[in-house]
Parts: sequence; C-alpha cells; structure tokens
Amino acid sequence: MIGRLLALAPFIAVAVAALASLVLPAYQVSVATYVMIASIVCTGLVLMTGIAGMVSFGQAAFVGFGAYTSACMSTQFGLSPWLGLAGATIGAAATAALIGVVTVRMSGHYLALATLCFGISFYFGIGNADAFGRFNGMTGIPPVTVGGFELRSERQAFGLVLVALVLSVAWCRRLLASRCGRVLRSLRTGSTIAETFGANAQRHRLLAFVAAAVVAALAGWLYAHVQRFINPTPFGLNASIDYLFMTVIGGSGQVWGALVGAGLVTVIKHELQDLLRPVFGATARFELLVFAALMIIVLHKARKGLWPFLQQVVASHMPPRAPVAPVTLTSRRGRPDQGLPVLTAIGLRRMFGGLVAVDDVSFDVRSGEILGVLGPNGAGKSTLFNLISGGLQRSGGELSFLGAPLARVSARDMCVRGLSRTFQHAALVPEMSLIENVAIGATHLGRCGIVAASLGLDAREERQLLGWAQHLLDRVGLGDRAWELAGTLSLGHQRILEIARALAADPVLVLLDEPAAGLRANEKTLLAELLVRLRAEGLAIVLVEHDMEFVFRLADRLMVMNFGRRIAFGDPEEVRADTGVQEAYLGVAA
Amino acid sequence: MTVLLLLERFVVRYGRLTAVNDVSLEARAGEVTAVIGPNGAGKTSLVNAVMGLVPSGGRLLFPQWPEASRSIEARVRARISLVPETRDLFGPMTVLDNLKLGAFSARMEPRFDMRARLAGIFRLFPRLDERQNQQASTLSGGERQMLALGRALMLKPRFLMLDEPSLGLAPLIVAEMFRIIARLKNEGVSILLIEQNARAALRLADRAYVLEGGAIQLAGKAADVAADSRVIDAYLGMSAATPSNPDERQMGKVG
Amino acid sequence: MTADIAAILLQDGIANGAIYILLATVLVLVFTVTRVIFVPQGDLVAFTALTLAAFDAGTIPGTVWILLFGAAIALSLEMLEAVARRDRARCVRSIIQFGVVPVAVALLAVLLVPKDAPLLWKMAVTCALVTCISPVIYRIVFQPIASASPLVLLIAAIATHLGMNSIGLQVFGAEGVRTQGFSGPPLSFAGQLISQQVAGVVASSIVLVFVLYLFFHRSLRGRALLAAAYNRRGAEIVGISAAAAGRTAFIVAGLVGAVSGLLVGPMTTLYYDSGFILGLKGFVGAIVGGLAIYPLAAAGAVLVGAVESFASFWASAYRDIIVFMLIIPILFWRSVVNPHAEDGIE
Repeated sequence: MIGRLLALAPFIAVAVAALASLVLPAYQVSVATYVMIASIVCTGLVLMTGIAGMVSFGQAAFVGFGAYTSACMSTQFGLSPWLGLAGATIGAAATAALIGVVTVRMSGHYLALATLCFGISFYFGIGNADAFGRFNGMTGIPPVTVGGFELRSERQAFGLVLVALVLSVAWCRRLLASRCGRVLRSLRTGSTIAETFGANAQRHRLLAFVAAAVVAALAGWLYAHVQRFINPTPFGLNASIDYLFMTVIGGSGQVWGALVGAGLVTVIKHELQDLLRPVFGATARFELLVFAALMIIVLHKARKGLWPFLQQVVASHMPPRAPVAPVTLTSRRGRPDQGLPVLTAIGLRRMFGGLVAVDDVSFDVRSGEILGVLGPNGAGKSTLFNLISGGLQRSGGELSFLGAPLARVSARDMCVRGLSRTFQHAALVPEMSLIENVAIGATHLGRCGIVAASLGLDAREERQLLGWAQHLLDRVGLGDRAWELAGTLSLGHQRILEIARALAADPVLVLLDEPAAGLRANEKTLLAELLVRLRAEGLAIVLVEHDMEFVFRLADRLMVMNFGRRIAFGDPEEVRADTGVQEAYLGVAA
Repeated sequence: MTVLLLLERFVVRYGRLTAVNDVSLEARAGEVTAVIGPNGAGKTSLVNAVMGLVPSGGRLLFPQWPEASRSIEARVRARISLVPETRDLFGPMTVLDNLKLGAFSARMEPRFDMRARLAGIFRLFPRLDERQNQQASTLSGGERQMLALGRALMLKPRFLMLDEPSLGLAPLIVAEMFRIIARLKNEGVSILLIEQNARAALRLADRAYVLEGGAIQLAGKAADVAADSRVIDAYLGMSAATPSNPDERQMGKVG
Repeated sequence: MTADIAAILLQDGIANGAIYILLATVLVLVFTVTRVIFVPQGDLVAFTALTLAAFDAGTIPGTVWILLFGAAIALSLEMLEAVARRDRARCVRSIIQFGVVPVAVALLAVLLVPKDAPLLWKMAVTCALVTCISPVIYRIVFQPIASASPLVLLIAAIATHLGMNSIGLQVFGAEGVRTQGFSGPPLSFAGQLISQQVAGVVASSIVLVFVLYLFFHRSLRGRALLAAAYNRRGAEIVGISAAAAGRTAFIVAGLVGAVSGLLVGPMTTLYYDSGFILGLKGFVGAIVGGLAIYPLAAAGAVLVGAVESFASFWASAYRDIIVFMLIIPILFWRSVVNPHAEDGIE
C-alpha cells in the first residue's frame, strides 16, 4: 500500500500543487512560482555538479542569458515569447558549448573558478551595456501566450512554471536513466570508468554542462516573462552561489534534492527577515548570519543533503524493481581462431621521471589461453596493464593488437578494438545498481544518444543493453541482486561485478587485476570455473593474482615480473623450476 | 598473564553494513596474537577500530592503559602502534622524514633521542639507511612495508598491531618480514598480527582467532587452531588443485 | 603611457601582488591540510583593518565581541564532546584554548589599548584578536565535517563568509576605513623611487613567506602538518591529529590574514565586505599556481596584482572583468599541463 502510494507520489504532488495554486493567496502563489523557477535551475545543477562532479559558480549567468535573450527578442523585435524560448535555449546551448569546450577539460577547482569568472563578467557586461538598460534593466516584457490567451496573473504563471518544472525534472530523470546517463553518473568517480568502456568522458562532461545551461536558460525565460521586467541583480555571483547552496543542501546527487533545496532556501530567505524582526529588533540585520548558520547546521547533520536523509526513511517502502529479462547479444566481432596471438608486446618500456617502472618487457597473449602474471606489489604489473589498456602511454617498445600495430593507445580505442579490463582497486559507481554498472561496460555497443533518450526512442536498445547486463550478472552469479547498489557489495563481489562489466564490452581480451582477492575458497572455485569456460569460448585472459595456487591451477603460460623487468616467461612448470625466479621471487625455501 | 587488549561484544558498522559483529578477543603481554581469515572477513575493520580509526560499538579496553581507549592520540601516547594494511606512508616525503614523524608524539618525552631511535631502525633495516633521502613513494613494495614497520617502531611500541604485513610481497620478502616479526617477539614486543597467510601466522603466534564474515569462528592456542580440521581445509591448503609434491605445497598462498 | 607611469603602475601591482601572495600562500596551506577553500580569509583581512581603525578612533572594536561570542560557541561544542567522552585532559585543553586565551586577548583589547597607544602595540593586539578568531571558525564550522567532500567544505566556507559579512556590517558599520601605514620619504632603488609603504609590504611578505617555508621544511611540527595533508590516516596513527593539524593551519591563516590586513589597510579603503574580492584575487593566484606549489602560487598572485593595476589605469570600470577574464586562458593552460588533477571536486 505504502509502496504504491510512493510510486504515485510525484503525480500526487503535482496535483496538490496545481490545486493549491487555486486556493492560496496570490503572494504565496508567487513565492511558490519562484521556488519552482529556482528548482528548474537546480535540476540542471544536479546534473552538472551532483552527477558529473563539476561545480559551477556561473549558473545564474545562464539564467540571465535566457532572460535577456528572450526579453530582447520580444521587446526590441516584437517576437513571440515562444520564439524567445527557442532563442534563449539554443543560444544558451551554443554559448555553453563554446565556453564548455575550453572549460570542461579543466577539473575540480579550475572549472569552478572559470565559471565564476564567466559569471562575474556576464554580470558586469550586462550591467554596463546600454542595449540592456545597464543596471536599470529592461521593462515591458510581454507575458507568454497560449493559443492567443495571455498568462498574466500569478496563478496562470504558476501553471506555466509548474509545467516547465515537471518537464525538466522528467527530462533529467529520463536522461540519467539512459545510456549517456549511466556514463554521466560514472564521471563523479573520475574519467577512468567512462574511458575504459569506450565513452568520451570529455564529451559527456560537455553534455552535462550544456544541459545545465539549457535548463538554466529555460528558467531565465520563465523569470523574464513571469516577472515582466529584469535587471542584472538576480543574475550575479550571489545568485549563482544561492543555486549552489540549494543544490547541495537539497542533496546534489538526485533530481528530487533540487526541489527540496530550492524550496527550503527560497522560503528561508523570504521569511527570515520577518521572523527575526521581533528577536533582534528592526534595525539589526542578522538574517544573513542566521541563514548561514542554518546552512552550516544542515551540512553538519546531513552532509549529503536533505533528500538522501528523507530517502532513508522511505527506502524500505519502495516497491522492488521489476527484474529485467536476460538477453544474449551475439558478438559483433569474429573471435580469432584458437591459439592466434591477440596481443603482442615487444620491448615495452615506461619511465616515470628517472624511474623505470616497466623495463623491456616482451610477451604475447593468444586467444583461448590464460596468461598468468606474477610479481610482488610495485613490480610494475599495474603499470604494464595500463600501458596495454591505454591508461598510460609507453615510453618505448611496440604493441600490436589482433595483428594491427598500435601507435598511440587510448583506453577508448582499445575498448572498441576488443580489450576490456578490471581494476585492482574496484572502480565501480557505488551509488548505481549492479545491473547499471554492468551496462556501462556495454556502452560502446549502443547507438542511441541524448536526443533519442530525451524522446524515449531508446527503449528497445535499453531493453537489450540491460538484458545483456542481466545475462552477464546471471553468468557470474550475481543475477538475483541486479538492482542492489554496487556500494553495498563486499570487496570480493565487487571484483566479480567488474568481471561482468568487462565481459559486457564484448571483448576478445580481458585483463583481470587480482580478481580472486577477497573471495572465499568456494567462491574462488566458482570463479576458476567461469574463467575456464570463458577460455574455452576463445577469450584471451591475462590474469594478475597473488594467490599462486589459483594462478598455477589456471594459467597456460606464466610471466614473472620483478623491479619492472620480466624475469621469466613460459610454461608454468618451467617457470616454477627456474632458478632465477626462485632466487628473486619465490625464495630458496620454496 | 597480563592482558593488554580486551574486546567484548565488539561491533564495527559502516552505515547499514556490519563489518565486525559481536567479537570477543584478548591479547596478552609478550605474546603474538594472530587473527586469520579470508580477505573481506572484517580483519582490517577490526584492527582499525581497535586503533580508533573507525567508530565501534561494544567493549574495547586496554587494561594496562585505561586512558588509551579514548582517542587515537591517547593510544599513541600509550605507545600503541599500528602498521595499517594500506601502509599509509607520507609518499612525497623522504624516508628519514617518515621515520622521524613516527616518533612525533614521543618528541616531548624526557631523554628523547631521535638519533638513537633512528640508528636502531637502521640496524634492523639496513635498506632504509641506504635510502634515507629517497621519497617514500619511490620505494619498492618490500621497502615500503619495511618503512611502515620502521615508522611504527620509532614509537618504541608496547603493543604493536600489524595488518597484513606480508600483503603483496614476494615470497622472499615475506619470509624476511616474518623473521623480523619473530625477532620483535623475542625482544618482548606484544603483537596483534592480522594475516591472510595463515600458515606463516600460525607458526609464529601463541594464540589465534579465525575471523569469518565478521565473527570469530574459532579461537585458541595457535597450535590447536592450526590442527583444527576446518582450518586445515579452508586456510592451510588441500583445495582441489593442491599440488601433490610437498615442496610445492610449501609455497601455498602468498597474498 | 609613459615609462614613469608604467613604473608606478608596476610598483602598485607588485605591492598588491605581495598581498595576494600572502593570501594565496595561506589558501594553499589551508587547502593542503584541510581541503577547505577558505573563502573567509579575505574577511579576516578586512576585519583587521577595521579593528585597527576602531582602536585609532578610541572605541572597542567589534572584533572583541565576535571573538568572545564565537569562542563561547566553540567552547560549548568542545565541552559537550569532551564530557560525552569523559576526557578530562581534553576539557582542560579546550577551556584554555577557547576560554582562557580568547578572554585574555579580549581583556587586553578592552583594557590596555588607549587611544594614544603606540601604533605597534595596537597592531599587535589587533593581530592577536584576528588570529584567535580563525581557529574558532575551524572548530565551529569545519572540524565537525572534516571528512566531507571538498564541495561540501566549499559550501560551508561560503556560508561562513556570508555569516561574517553579516556580523561585519553589524559591528563595524558600512563605513570604509584606511589605516596608518609605514610613512617616511621614498627610498631610491635602481634609479626608481619606491614608497616606504610598497617597500614595507614587499619586505614583510617575503619575510613571512620565508618563515612559513622554514616552518614547513625545517620543523618537525611543520612536517607533521604536511604529513597530515599527504596521508590523513598515516598522520593519525603516528599521533598527529587531523583536528590539531587543521587548527594549526587555521591559526597560521589567521595570523597571516591579520598581517595582510595591516599591510593592505593603508593602501586602499576597506569596508566590512571588501574581503571577498580580496580573497578571490588571492584565490585566483593560488589556483593559477595549482593550489599546491607555493612559488607558483606566489608568481600567480603577482601576475594578478600587475594585471589589476594596469587594467585599472586603462579601463577602471572593467578592472575586475579584465582580471577575471584573463584568468581563463591561464586556467586552461594549467589544466592542460597538469592533467592529473583528475579527482573531481565532489
């Protein structure tokens, strides 16, 4: 019962809001309208800051951009506000793309500062431009018309804004659930996951930046035509900071947080002055101090924001997700014949400053074999993996994949060519479900982009990708936990999940970095069986593992590394008998 | 026997995840107490919580130093030391700096002699002496572990906790590591040893606990634990692929 | 523009740059140790000048009330925690830190600073007041969320700045002040006349940066602070508490902020809300330097000062826009040459 109610909660909320606007006094209705406009901006910020991890101090400038564009078009050229909307959003998208191309490749605080500079410049630029009425602003902006009917009153404006809010929330949620959305959600952990599975992290960052700008411009358009006069003040740095406050306080990781945060912050800012007057007297202006104190207290008590806090209460009542029907995708590339070399490395070298991490390492991997790599921590195994998979560039040596020489390797390119990997320190998106984590692996198998996702044209492909992910989860034995969050898995199972994700990319070669660490004896046996089956299907596997029993049981050939050099390579029994290996690695006692 | 560490109904939780559940354990003076179990069993959570790095529930007591259970600093002041699984060296700093900082909280003690302590560490690990001015992040895996242990020993610990000292080391270095631990034991340092390498740990330990799924499955004298059939099955080898040759069985698990 | 004007502008720029160096160094230091972008650093600078001006006017500066009020909150938070843990040593320590010391400094300010006290004495007490505020801020705002994401810390820092602005307006009023500085005939250096103020500012900031350098590279305590930044857990297990490291970083920040306030006070009129833009420019310098490397942060700060000073000559209305727009290509260059600053802000 509660579950069904929760599933319907968004619809109920919209209905309540619509009804309330008919009953409440005009002042409350207009406050609610501003709350919703702010919510729209925050929805975009959730996408950009909360999901993709880019902090923006310039969001208000994009709101202003939307407002001024449409205001100009409608007052100076007499165009319909609807044309203004198109102008505002398209213009914002183009501007954001231009700025984004330069800024999104910056990371962390660089990007924050760049947006801040942009925001300040916009504010002063508008405020000093005669065409926009300098700091006095522009007046006489026409209201929006629907079918010849002008939306002039507070209640009509409220309806318009409500529709816009519902649409932008729905759009953001749909976008986040799509193929692109999964990549976006992985970006907060860095670019590694996206790039390893063939997605362009930079382009997805840009996408989030542009999407946030478009949503902000929509909010600006609403603001201009609801308020009907504008000046630069609500588009300055302080406003940008307010939007950031709202997003973080509400819970920047989820779209609903935007609504909570925008509502709370706007209402507090509106009401605090009245509330505090009896406390401090009419002259004292402490509302900003109280506001700041409230914000800090919220951060102390719920540092992920208020929404996740509420969600904990609700979570146990949420109805379980419907299981996805497994789908087997037929491999898009022909497997090379059994025993043909998949990857050949000759004299691979990598220096870090003056240190040689990988020194003159040569080996090859054939299809249908498991190559074990042994060596102590710091022997260069992980560096070697990165050189092959494109995480690092080699300083010297040659590499070829399926017979084609590789000049410069990039992770994205290697994924498309058919190489896939797991990481020593599980690189998963902890707040995403298992099935979605696996589906990231299949990113490059899909075609639908952001437009298809927005319009809901990707349903068929989504069924296939998620079905494929479900199939692989079944295969590694995690199928019945598909919709649990990856962060709740034990370390051992996280590694298994990574294997499923690696397989989702439809590889010919997988690199497994310590897949058995953290598994119990019987789980290791299951993993070994899976690897044997994969080998029989013609997959080439490179296996780094410290559990020597496990390696000796599975490996067809073995390479031992120490101090960045290959100290032995070949048949496991021969390697084990090698005196050099015994002295340097196994120890004479062995 | 003097009890140095006492845990009763000890619990460690991360949000909704319970890592250590209802564990009772004691470590005695002059002994090596081993905790063995598979990766992910909660061993690291246990020892981190004992050090005070993560919050815990239940009873945690250092009967000899009642103040110590209040904060990490209080433990360090009581000369309780931890070598964490992740080593946690100060990567961009030199080996020498790392070692000096190991004695950070002892620097105000009367008759504190930094040089003598450093000399002691360098006698134990001549390799560190050679690399005094090298950045910690450029050390090899074995040297890092030596530095982490050396840093902990700079405190002259009365109770030393070692979390997976053999993790990720070449078998040769693992043997060296266990020789050093044995030497510390002979010098009278009381040790809580967390290990996945059950064979080596049980050979060295006086008492042992088997931790699985966050709970103690077995406890007793190390020799008795090593003789338990369940332990032999799960930790001391004999899995399907165990080589028949006894020399090979020796190699066992390394990591 | 003549060479003379250029030389004067350059002098101005370097003097401003010297202030930004101090701000940038502190921002880098605080960020390294605590991951907080300490936005209110600029407010501390402004409060210093306002405090000194209040002493000059013979009134009790509002800083005293800010300190006492803040220390009371910090003390009660600290006592609650200490009592809950039955930690007597900590009780005593916190009473000294947040009770005895602030009250002593406040009493000093109220009782021992007559209007005609020597300037140096007033400056010293001003420094003490502002320096004490900084660790109080750390205890109230940042220590409880020390492990939160940089984004949360940044938001908390901005909220703190807003709060300080609000208090600043209340206790100092909206009037701007310009304090006394180094005075005397200009010095001659390499054929250029250099005002004593500029020389004093540059010399002080060089000395201060050098002292900080010595502290971090020669003393074990300074090394410990850096160690806490490099590896928090590693630091904790050798007995360097993250809270103490953070507190020390904030004390240094307060002290350097106060000195910057004394230096910048005579050069420009400061208001209760001037701090933000000052801090921002220091922040720009720090970011240009990559938030990590001190000499680069310093170079970035001088660059900002010079650009600002030339921009204000050519187009003073657009001064700040020019400064901030110039930053974007530099940022771009920084992020290209330093691509592994990969860890997002989240």
